[in-house]
Amino acid sequence: MQISMTVNGEEVTRDIEPRVLLVHFIREVLGLTGTHWGCDTSNCGTCVVLMDGQPVKSCTVLAVMAAGHEIRTVEGLASGGALDPVQQGFIEEHGLQCGFCTPGMMLTARALLDRNPHPDDGEIRQAISGQICRCTGYATIVRSIQWAASHPAAGEPADGQQPAGAAAESTEVTT
Amino acid sequence: MQIPASFDYVRAADVDNAIALLERHGPEARVIAGGHSLLPMMKLRLARPEWVIDINDLTELDFLVREGDVLRIGAMTRHTALLESAEVARLFPIVTDAERVIADPVVRNRGTIGGSLCQADPAEDLSTVCNVLAAQVIIRGAGGERVLSMPEFHQGPYETAVAQTELLCEIRFPVRPRSGSAYEKVERRVGDWAVAAAGAAVSLAENGTISHASVGLTAVGLEGTVSEAADILAGQQPSEELFAEAGRAAAAACDPMADQRGPVDYKRHLADELTRRVLRRACSRAAKTQEG
Repeated sequence: MQISMTVNGEEVTRDIEPRVLLVHFIREVLGLTGTHWGCDTSNCGTCVVLMDGQPVKSCTVLAVMAAGHEIRTVEGLASGGALDPVQQGFIEEHGLQCGFCTPGMMLTARALLDRNPHPDDGEIRQAISGQICRCTGYATIVRSIQWAASHPAAGEPADGQQPAGAAAESTEVTT
Repeated sequence: MQIPASFDYVRAADVDNAIALLERHGPEARVIAGGHSLLPMMKLRLARPEWVIDINDLTELDFLVREGDVLRIGAMTRHTALLESAEVARLFPIVTDAERVIADPVVRNRGTIGGSLCQADPAEDLSTVCNVLAAQVIIRGAGGERVLSMPEFHQGPYETAVAQTELLCEIRFPVRPRSGSAYEKVERRVGDWAVAAAGAAVSLAENGTISHASVGLTAVGLEGTVSEAADILAGQQPSEELFAEAGRAAAAACDPMADQRGPVDYKRHLADELTRRVLRRACSRAAKTQEG
């Protein structure tokens, strides 16, 4: 069937089988191989892309379900030749070793910072908890995201408000 | 590479349309919401629907509304929305506790409460939460609406009362005054299914005694709630001894199976300990709550 969606700001239209998963649509039909394909069971999170600004595991979304929606992949992070602060942060703070988890980590980081420009380490760790770094380099990933938070790109909010759910997510202390 | 078997896909525009599509496409049609239960099963070819009916456009089922003594939750409400709702956290902290340990934040962006309940996995957390809160579920078909209790809805592992041509539309939680609730799960790693979990809801009388209590267990072979624990708690003053007695009753009532997540005695131990913990927390929360 014919589907259309916006990928990194560009409208794309393709004819595909309904059973094609979003990750394969992105990699094989569109040729955007920056999105990685890992466990295939929605555990590892290397296939994370943003769908309408929210991180989703593209191995567990049908491409037809994304029709009419906005998809952003790692190829869509940089704009006008300038790296996204998250990408720069991963360079500055050595946020990648083998690089396999990196695209998904950076997109989740972007979505987090869009909602919550100044996350603490706990909020960052919570946000990336559905993604596995095979090199176990979490400490530098957290530092990379903190770097991005303290170096917002022009036009980004420098001090945003707490997201709506921040209060509900804080750990309650009970006896 | 895991790819589902071939199927035809159609998007429903609204609830009536979804029901009409279910009727038109017959017994091999399946509804897809967040897709985090159905798609993995389709990829493993454990499910091979001929038609997939996408209900993600049914925004009419994405709501959280308080109406008098009831909190109404649309079946398409995402786990993330439940976790982030301040009203849910205030009225039913058991929901917030459970949502925090359901899968991971990315999966929670897609998964829905309706999908979780309809999947009816025996290790699924929200079924226990709904049992403990004495939720009602609203199911719609071409003939109209049915309102069911959780025991009527949840018929066993992977089995619910929703007929092939019906749609789960809404979940209702009754709001009780001076109430508290809690959920706690032991998992092997973050985001995993429960080794065991427990949920509790209590209401306190003016004199501080427990006027109503409900305890439920996840993944240890017990459907519904633990009536033995509720009987022990009713009318009593909250105390460590009382929680321990209820914990022992819960452990005795459950029927866990040994599997890769642990042996039977360990799971029974968890049923006991987790019941004590959630009762302690639910009572403490109830004591701090003045209004419903």
